[in-house]
Formats: sequence, C-alpha cells, structure tokens
Amino acid sequence: MPETRTITLRINGREEEGRFPAQRTLLEALRHLGHMEVKCGCEKGDCGACAVLLDGMAVDSCLTLAWMAAGKEVTTVSGLGDLDSPHPLQTAFADGGAAQCGYCIPGIIIAAKAIIDAHPEPSEDDIRLGLSGNLCRCTGYTKIFEAIADAAGEMRAEGGAP
Amino acid sequence: MTQTDVDPGTLANVQFRQVGKPLTRTDAPGKVTGRTPYAGDYVMPNMLHMRVVRADIASARLARLDVSKARALAGVACVLTADEVTDRTAATDIPGQTGQKRLDTDQPILVKDRVRYFGEPLALIAAETRDIADHAAELIEFELEPIPGVYDPLEALKPGAPLVYGEDNIVAERKIRKGDVEAGFARADLVVGNTYKTPFQEHAFLEPEVGLAWVDENDVVNIRVSTQVIEHFRPIADAIGVPHNKVRVRGALVGGGFGGKEDLTVEVYLALLAKQTGRPVRLEYSREDSFVGHGKRHPFILTYRTGVTKDGKITALDVQMIADAGAYVFLSPYVVLYALVAAPGPYRVDNLNVFAQAVATNNMYTSAFRGFGALQACTAYEQQMDEIANTLGIDRLELRRRNFLKTGEPMSTGFVPPSAIWTEQCAEKAWAGLGEPSPEKGPIRTGRGLACYQQSYGRLTFLHDTSEAWVGVEMDGTVVVRSGVTDIGAGQISALGQIAVEVLGVTLDNVVIYNSDSAVTPLAGTTTATRALYMTGNAAKQAAEGLRARLAERAAQEFGAAPDEIDMAFNEVFVIDRPEQRMPLVELVRTCAAEGIHRSELAIFRAPFSDFLDPETGQGQAHPDYAYGAHAVEVSVDVETGEVEVLKSIAAHDVGQCINPAAVEGQIQGGAQNGQGYALSEEMLYEEGRLVTPSFSEYLMPTAMDMPNVECIILESRSGVGPFGAKGIGEPAMTAVAPAIANAVADAIGVRVFEMPITPERVVTALQQRDAS
Ligand code: FES
Ligand code: FES
Repeated sequence: MPETRTITLRINGREEEGRFPAQRTLLEALRHLGHMEVKCGCEKGDCGACAVLLDGMAVDSCLTLAWMAAGKEVTTVSGLGDLDSPHPLQTAFADGGAAQCGYCIPGIIIAAKAIIDAHPEPSEDDIRLGLSGNLCRCTGYTKIFEAIADAAGEMRAEGGAP
Repeated sequence: MTQTDVDPGTLANVQFRQVGKPLTRTDAPGKVTGRTPYAGDYVMPNMLHMRVVRADIASARLARLDVSKARALAGVACVLTADEVTDRTAATDIPGQTGQKRLDTDQPILVKDRVRYFGEPLALIAAETRDIADHAAELIEFELEPIPGVYDPLEALKPGAPLVYGEDNIVAERKIRKGDVEAGFARADLVVGNTYKTPFQEHAFLEPEVGLAWVDENDVVNIRVSTQVIEHFRPIADAIGVPHNKVRVRGALVGGGFGGKEDLTVEVYLALLAKQTGRPVRLEYSREDSFVGHGKRHPFILTYRTGVTKDGKITALDVQMIADAGAYVFLSPYVVLYALVAAPGPYRVDNLNVFAQAVATNNMYTSAFRGFGALQACTAYEQQMDEIANTLGIDRLELRRRNFLKTGEPMSTGFVPPSAIWTEQCAEKAWAGLGEPSPEKGPIRTGRGLACYQQSYGRLTFLHDTSEAWVGVEMDGTVVVRSGVTDIGAGQISALGQIAVEVLGVTLDNVVIYNSDSAVTPLAGTTTATRALYMTGNAAKQAAEGLRARLAERAAQEFGAAPDEIDMAFNEVFVIDRPEQRMPLVELVRTCAAEGIHRSELAIFRAPFSDFLDPETGQGQAHPDYAYGAHAVEVSVDVETGEVEVLKSIAAHDVGQCINPAAVEGQIQGGAQNGQGYALSEEMLYEEGRLVTPSFSEYLMPTAMDMPNVECIILESRSGVGPFGAKGIGEPAMTAVAPAIANAVADAIGVRVFEMPITPERVVTALQQRDAS
C-alpha cells in the first residue's frame, strides 16, 4: 500500500483534513471529503469538469495533486454561492438557460469566475479563450457566453460582488 | 437571438400563463450551485468499488482466463467471470418495455469463449478501494488467440467473409417499394448518382456511465444509475434471474445522454455483484471505458440515384444504404428502419425504392444516437439536393421548393403526417438569416449551405408506446407531479411542471416533480426518440386536466356556476365572467380534502398504435408524427490548409408549440454543436476494431473557440400531437446541421468531400483532385 499522509485543505473558507496517498489528486481528495459538486469527466485535463479555483486561479483538480493544494485556498462552485444566496454567475446561468444536463457547469462557472476576475468587462474573445479548457456537450456554448456577459454586467453594476 | 413566428390563424383562443415562457427551469438552481447529486455522487457505507476487465483484441478466442491471483489479493471481495454467470445474457434490442416480443438478440454478459469487439468485458472485480480493484485488474491473466475479423461492412457482405455471428453478417434488411421507379427514371431528363459516407460518432456525454447498487431488506436489487431508461429494470431482472419486481432502478438527473445511455450500460454488472457480495457496489467508467463501453452512431454508406426533370422535379429515387452494426445487434434493426423511412427527406417522391441493410462487423457495436438513422439519411439526401441543383443550374433553395412535401401529402411510407409541414417557411427564414456574405481574402474562401429535414418524434408506432403520470395538489395548494421520465438535460421534468401548473393555475415555484424511480413513480417510458415531451407531456397534461375538472366541479358548486365557467390562475379559482367570485386555490383544496374528494389523478397517454410496416413495400405508419425545419450555415475554408470554420449557424424549426423557449433554444444550439463536430472534427479511428482515439484530446469536439453563436428561429404551427400542439426538438435540432456544413464547404471550394468528417486532409485532397482534373 502506498504511504499516506495527512493533508489539511482550506476548502470554501473552511479547513478540512484527510489522509491521502501522495499521488492522490485534488479531485479525488475533494470528492472523498464530500465535495461532490466537483465533477469528474476525464481525469486527464481534457474537459474542465473538475475545475476549482486555487488561490483564485482556475485549475483542473484532476491534474493537481492534493498535497500541492495544502496551504492554498480551494474554491468550488458551491463556495461561490448557494440556493439562498447565489453568486451572480449562478443566477445568470440558471435564469439564462445556460445549464442543460449541468455536468460541465460546476467547472464552467469556476472558469467564468476566473474570466471575470481577470476581465471585469470581458470581450467575447476573453470569454471564449477563458472557456477553451472546458467542454460542454449540451449547450453549444451560446447561452453560456451570454450568461457570463450578463453576470459580468450585473457584478459591475453591483460594484464588485464576492 | 431568437425570432418567434406564430401563424396568426392558430393564435385564436390561445392564451397561456405558464407555457411558452422562458421560465427558469426547476432543475437549474441545483445544478448551478453544485447541489444536484448525479448518480456518481451517491455513496454508501461499506461500499465496494468495481472495475471491468476488457478484451484488448477485437476478434479472438478466449484461450485462457486466470483470475486466481486477483481473487487472492487482499481487499478483493469478488471476481466474476463467465464461468459464474453461465448462460446468462442481457437484452440488446428495444426491450419488452411495451409488451412487444423481443428479438432474439441477447448479448453474453461476459465473454465465455468468443471475443467479438475490442473492449468486450471478460471479468468484473469488486474490491474495498478503487486502487485495489485496479491492482486486481492487473493480476488477471488472459490469453486471446486472434481469429480473422471483419472491419468493413462491404467486406462483411462478401461470400466467405469471416462471420461475426449467425449464418451471414446481415443483421437487418428493410425496403420500400413505392410507385414505379423504372417509369420514373424513364421520364427523367437527368439521373444524378452519388455515394455519401458518414462516420462513427461518440456521444461524449460529460458524465461517464456510473451507478451504485445494493440489495435492500426486501431482497430487491436497487440501482441508482445514470440512464435514459428506468424501464431497464425488466431486462436487468431477466439477466440476473430474479422476478421483475425484485429490481428497482432509481435514476438521477443524467449528465448527458444523446442515446448513449439508452441501452443497458453498467446496470447488469452492478446488479450481479450487489447480489453476489451482499454489499453496496459502485461502478464508474473512466473516460476510456466510456469510449469503448457503449454503442456508437452507425457509420452509413448511402448511394442515391435521383431522376429529375429539367425544371428540377424529382421523378424517381433509388437509395441503397449499408450501416455498420458492429459486433452485436442492439438497436440496429430500428436504426436502419428510421433511415429507410427518412430516405427521401421532406420531399414528395412518388416513385421510390429504398433498400437498407445493417451489417455485423467486429467494430464497436452501434446503436442509438440523436437522429437515429434518419440523421444519416439527411446527411445524404441534402447533399444530393445540392448536387442536383448544381447540375441543373437551379438555385438550391428553389430546387427544394419545387419538391417539398406539403401538409396533407403522403410521405415515403404512404402515411400522411397529421401535423402541418412548414419546411418551406423554415428553409426561407434560415437561408435569409445568413444576411450579408462575409468577405473572402487571401487563401480564405467562403460558402453557404442549407439543409432541410424530416425527423420523427415519438417511438415507432408498432411498439404501442404508453406513458403514465400522476398529478396531485397538497393541502397548502402546492403541486406534486410524479412521472418515471428521466431528465437527460433537456429540461424534461421542468416541462412537465410547466404543463401541470398551466392547467392548475399555479406558478412553477409551487411545484415539485419526482421522477425516474421504477418502483414509485408511474412508468412514463424512455427518454429517447424525441418522445419525452410528446408522451410524458401529454400524460401530465391529461392527469392535470382530470384533477382540474374535479376541482372545478366543486368550485362551481360553491359559486353556483357551471364547471366550464370556472378558471384557475395564479393560485386562485374564479368564475370567468364574474371574477369577484373567487377563492384561493388552497381553500378549495381544503374543502375537497375535508369532503374526501380525490386530490390527485393518475393518467395514461397512448400513442397511436399500428402494425409493422408492410415487409415487402415498406408502406404503413411508422411514427406518430414528424417535425420539419432547416439549418443554414456560412463557412470559411482555407484552401491552403484545408481548415474549415463555421462563421454563421442559423436554425429554423417548427416546434409546434414552445413549452419553454429557453429550453428549445438550448436544444437547437446544442444540436448545432453536435452536428458541427460530426461534420468537421469528430473522428473515431479504429485499427482492426481497436479504437485508437479514446480520449478528448484525440476525439475532437467543438470547443468554445469553434462554435459560432447559433441563432434560433422558432416557428409555432401549433399543429403537433404533443401537449398544446407541441412537436419535439431533441433530435430534429441536430439532423440537418452536418449536411448544411457539407454543402457550404462544397459551395466555398467548388468540389464536394463525400465522406465525413470533412477534415483538413480530406479538403486538401479534394482540392488537389479538382485541380488535377
Ligand atoms: S476531469 Fe479534470 S479535466 Fe476532465
Ligand atoms: S450542460 Fe451538459 S455538458 Fe454542459
């Protein structure tokens, strides 16, 4: 059996601890800790379904080893908002019909957050480029682009959201 | 951008409060906040992890299989091989879901001696952890002795070809013989003949196949699984040898289906090991497993010979179709039937011969995929229409106009579709929607293409399809809908809610929908064949109307009015002409409860039933009804590199009646993407049956960088056989996309690439051939 070690992760603002083998990915660790909102689509860095923010940077958690995330802030889609107080991106995606099967959406909303953080007024190219690592098989992306632009507008109007 | 166009004649007396509005889907908030559990998100205490061990040669004899080392590994709970499941098979055809006789097409659950395709399962492992299961898989020793296989359906048809199974490799043959084709060709001024080839396609739902199974206190095998079809509880029970009421399939919101979760996937493996170990077992396919573990879209070779007059009227059509069925039957007989029926497209062809064959090979088996054979036919007939137009020098839209099937006219099978046929309106709007041409410069050429389609919605009528739904109202006026329907992402369940609340006069936030549990939600039938809205929507509407009638009767009594004078809207009940006579719905419901009046209704909706098409002529009814529409694109082609970019993508569909326009647009835009990948980039490469592109870095789907913003033009003829006159849009959204792109590429470079996907290499080769001749 491979050697395990205790890793402390800061996930959505809360410290959580687990014992994992050294080669355990952040994706596996997060799901093991019950963060089922982080999805697995390929485990190879090809689809972006597993994307989380690591100190504000969008990364594929399936390509990140869990121990490398220790000491960093991990944010999943559930850390952005919830049913009672959704993030403007979540509201825009839901109301704009941007989620169909929804399996890609946790990763896509994370990528979208990174896009808006980098470009508060994103151009269509900023959005497309920022989503180039995320696959969606259902939507054709059109409504996703629209939802991101809408949310960015909403966030600017609010003067910067969480 | 969406335009909606309603025939003013059909607007009379239609006023909706909930239907036709782009409401936020009931499933959306959970999905965007990460709250929605998918089948893979369920875990149980004491759960085992499964793994499937697969053959790595496509055609072979299993000479030796030794699992003893794997069994001996600490942490391995069970290893199952064919020896433990002797004589057990699993259904591969449309199962007895509707009481029809099953074809004799079962597949062995695990390989006993003959391997017929790459990836065929040899053994199942259940272990304490995924790591141990993976390790055990490495310890399994097997020897495969190669047997000559056949990987090309044309080769498979030749005398003496290696046999995949049976006496020949012919899986199914269907034909249409209509009118007098000889006479039709004799009358033609010109005969245009071409052969078109379509490729394999992978569904590539983002959520790989996954499930969790356990045996409960009643000895019922429960399976929480990502599936389009909870009715599979029956073939699962048959496969593991227990009564049908001892298997319960509990679906979850599905992370994409597109037909790829229509057949059994992981269910039987889960059921067997849950039974065997007595513990909960979980099986999640890796992406690579998913690529080799479920059926693909059938590649077709389609040969069209069309007789036309100088002014472009079709006088005769002869079509030969050969589909690669792969190594097991699955839905091939029905896929070629769809292709057969769709062969002439949305055109009036009175003299028609069609012959369609499904042929077994040692390639991956092929089965359902959005469009289901009718899409492959469209890919050919719409390229053929452009070839005819170009040969005759007639405008491409005009040629189509001269041949469109019109409302009330008989289609290929002699059946007259009951709804309006608005192909022409759709084609004109989509074509006009392309606007001003984009500029060409340097090596960039631009071109435009159009394609029109006819696509069924609802299952084959000989299956005698039905759907049940239950609608009830709680004591506080909130509404509950129960329907077994699975939601594969198109908003199937939210639409049911919208329909129920329209009828009952409440708002969508007052409804909760329970779905996809084979034991407790009324069986609604499969989410396949663009039938969910049509069938389950009609069932939910019927149930809601039954309930409404009972409530209205009690209210009428209260108000001293007739039941048909009562209306219900915005959670209130009132007399239509005396709105001051009103009461909150909740009050009426309490009264009903106090008096023992039933506050729920169970309804069954039956599709039209027919016999099978005449086997000699192919005449009769195949489907309940058909949808019509068109897709137009503008592309640019780099004549140096062969690269194609889609610049504009415009869809116009008559959906009958939108239930939720945002959801309809979503289907159309997703269909545009699915079709664009099919036309241009998605390529499954097989070498002697072995898939060499089993990942998303090799199998290239359109990304956010590749997709244009897809414009949707929605027409509403209100003539469909679905609820409120709706048709269906799930499959139709994709059908015409690929041929529109092929036509645009041919328009741009003046030469056609007859085989999809239209990769840069194929474009460059076509250009070289053009220049050489
Ligand atoms: S699961 Fe990480 S990129 Fe696909
Ligand atoms: S919504 Fe299904 S994959 Fe994106």
